[in-house]
Amino acid sequence: MPVYIGKRLLVAIPTLLIISIFVFSLQKLLPGDPVLAMAGEERDPATIEFLREKYRLNDPMPIQYLNWLGGVVTGDFGISLRTNQPVLELIGQKLPVTIQLAVMAMFFAMIIGIPIGILAAVKKNTWIDYTANIVALSGLSIPNFWLGIMLILLVSVQLGWLPASGYESIFVDPVRSIQTMIMPAFVLGNALAATLMRHTRSAMVAVLSSDYIRTARAKGLSPREIILSHSFRNALLPVITLLALLFGELLAGAVLTEQIFTIPGFGKMTVDAVFTRDYAVVQGIVLCTAVGFILMNLLADIAYVLLNPRLRATI
Amino acid sequence: MTKPVLSVRNLSTSFLVDGQWKSVVRNMSFDVAPGETVAIVGESGSGKSVTSLSLMRLLAPATSRIEGEVMLNGRNLLALSEKEMRAVRGNEVSMIFQEPMTSLNPIFTIGRQISEVLIRHKAMSKTEARAETIRLLEKVRIPNAAGRFDEYPHQFSGGMRQRVMIAMALASRPKLLIADEPTTALDVTIQGQILDLIKVLQEEEGMSVLFITHDMGVVAEIADRTIVMFRGDEVETGPTEEIFHRGKHPYTRALLSAVPKLGSMQGHDWPTRFPVLDAETGKPAEPVEVADTVVLSKRPVLEVKNLVTRFAIRSGLWSRQTGAVHAVENVSFDLFQGETLSLVGESGCGKSTTGRSIMRLVEPTGGEVALDGYDVMRLDTMGLRQMRKSVQMIFQDPFSSLNPRMTVGTAISEPFIKHRLGTAKEAKEKTADLLEKVGLSADMASRYPHEFSGGQRQRIAIARALALDPKVIVADESVSALDVSIKAQVCNLLLDLQQSLNLAFLFISHDMAVVERVSHRVAVMYLGEIVEIGPRAAVFDNPQHPYTKKLMSAVPVPDPSRRGIRRGISNDELKSPVRAMGYEPPKREYREVSAGHMVQVG
Repeated sequence: MPVYIGKRLLVAIPTLLIISIFVFSLQKLLPGDPVLAMAGEERDPATIEFLREKYRLNDPMPIQYLNWLGGVVTGDFGISLRTNQPVLELIGQKLPVTIQLAVMAMFFAMIIGIPIGILAAVKKNTWIDYTANIVALSGLSIPNFWLGIMLILLVSVQLGWLPASGYESIFVDPVRSIQTMIMPAFVLGNALAATLMRHTRSAMVAVLSSDYIRTARAKGLSPREIILSHSFRNALLPVITLLALLFGELLAGAVLTEQIFTIPGFGKMTVDAVFTRDYAVVQGIVLCTAVGFILMNLLADIAYVLLNPRLRATI
Repeated sequence: MTKPVLSVRNLSTSFLVDGQWKSVVRNMSFDVAPGETVAIVGESGSGKSVTSLSLMRLLAPATSRIEGEVMLNGRNLLALSEKEMRAVRGNEVSMIFQEPMTSLNPIFTIGRQISEVLIRHKAMSKTEARAETIRLLEKVRIPNAAGRFDEYPHQFSGGMRQRVMIAMALASRPKLLIADEPTTALDVTIQGQILDLIKVLQEEEGMSVLFITHDMGVVAEIADRTIVMFRGDEVETGPTEEIFHRGKHPYTRALLSAVPKLGSMQGHDWPTRFPVLDAETGKPAEPVEVADTVVLSKRPVLEVKNLVTRFAIRSGLWSRQTGAVHAVENVSFDLFQGETLSLVGESGCGKSTTGRSIMRLVEPTGGEVALDGYDVMRLDTMGLRQMRKSVQMIFQDPFSSLNPRMTVGTAISEPFIKHRLGTAKEAKEKTADLLEKVGLSADMASRYPHEFSGGQRQRIAIARALALDPKVIVADESVSALDVSIKAQVCNLLLDLQQSLNLAFLFISHDMAVVERVSHRVAVMYLGEIVEIGPRAAVFDNPQHPYTKKLMSAVPVPDPSRRGIRRGISNDELKSPVRAMGYEPPKREYREVSAGHMVQVG
């Protein structure tokens, strides 16, 4: 297994290099010259030249890329133009916030989506199945921001149960931290739950009609044993792939959700950085996200191998 | 008579289809005595599998309705609660199924899946269950049983998986074993092993067996009594000998006459049509021997010399080649106009790959193929397209080989139009003509495939293959998926077409009895090589190669007097043609037994 993981990580390196080239060209392709912006109103040729030398902008493009890549590899993502903080430090502050949001959202998505999906599959073509379908469809159709705002109005403003916005680190005040995160995580998880439910349902329907489930029933096993032990683990395989893919959707969703609940996370930082042309930060975020995506897929593959004995033999 | 183990009275099953109850099985009544084997035989849609699932109450309760009485040792199973029924399933009555490849849960070890029954029904602890499971695995003759406890289904071959299923079914020492087509998906030599195993275990355990099958050969070999089902009705019940020799119902007689019997061709010189009886009236039609169609005077339409097809096996991180499947190894044969050459063998012997390599649907590794004057191995893409006018293929599955969104007429005329052989009007006339030729009517051209039965679809596939007036037809298991009576009709059609159009057939099949009926010459393939080739009569009446002999003796013969014969318990597995890198196939020598009858030696 460690060999397998090592190999997979090795394979990830070329992927990351390609992404890094893409990220680097991002700033070169975008219109506008950052040096002109920095040189101020006068655009003194000497200043411009000085800045170009200082930031090595006169080097050929591949050299610039390698310089930048060298920095990235050693943890130097550059300095944020807006806050003058190192990008890595900024990401280090914001990432835990979003990870907490993502984990809690995933949790909501799973505890809502998977059980309803199983139930809908077991009770296929009954009113339970149809109701679950309608719920899922509405979950997909209701926009995140609308649900967020409505929840704030109801739970925070009307009932006053939970804080409407803000953020507290989980290491400082865990109770308050979870309180502030419940609503955004629920909003974010809700949309994923619908997708998850539909996929769990179809995976379970396929498994439940398979020959080996007929065998299990012919053995005299109870519905409980059949559903939970004989079917669910098989149905989980496609669901895991989906979970890794949904991770991307989660980050995209976090951008909006963090705005609504004014959470100082990754999503909010992304929006701010894009609007202020803070390229160093955007680059750092994109790279970080790519790494996160690769790790999620690796996790999914490992889970796959653990669940599927056929794959275990091949590694 | 002793009290029956199972007594079924007026069993009727209906399915809810589009809001209406449709009856699938009507008024089945039969008994199974202790230690007895009863076979339910019928074609697809006869309701035989539904009957077995009804007995076990394994149909979805929401969409099915089971009526009547199923008495198991004095208890009516249909009146039990679902919970009580669960204590019967896998305990008093066990089941094995057709598809050993999919009937086991892929993510649990086979040991766990067998132990589960013991823990569930016999209240054993895990360790007790483990010991008992190993004993059961030994009982079904799985080599190294203790070592294989923790292995997963994918590590077992089809035959071995069916043994695991049997071990699971026997775990709780049931009084009745329901075997639903347990050997249908298996190769013929493996089928023989499993049938023998079931017979032996039945004696050892003293249980009754309800055996569901479509194969009259299997029935003759295993059943004490036989129930014939036809479209949901039990048409005839009686001792197997009675049914076979003095069957009263016309359907029984029609079914039996359509069954290809190995050895029935002795004394015939040429391929012979199947005698097709009318299922309603039972009126017989004399089997007609087809006139000599082989044209030996001209150059063969297909000449294959030293054909080799290998598939690389890659593994590891960098996908380095670590071995090769030697699917076709040094295969040579000729096929004359108007001749049928059959390639027979078990799964993995390379017979299908040979057929595909000839058309270059898979790229051969080496060898020479001359087809109707084309040097197939040296053709470019355009040349290949031209060449494929001369050779067409008919596949096994008539359901998936026709595009469901294309009318039958479009499907048949497509090759004609794509090869620009004529105008749209000519294509239409051609299609109408072809439909008539294959025994359908011209006005069916505007219909879609789902409106046809399996046999009709296979006729359509044949019409499509004929659209380009090919010289050679590669029929890859073309009748294997069809019911016996349909199979007989389609075989007859192929023989008629051969006579009227002077076609050459490369007939690829695992079914020895059908092959004997339709072939002029036969080639037996084993592990990618032809081990024996010769005129049909010579190969079937005087088989020389040990593998040919083994194959012949494994075929169940629909003759109840052979019941009780044993092949001797063996658990040989099919060998695989996978070879390590650098493997050089040995030089093969052939010995001529009689004119044109060659057998591999050494």
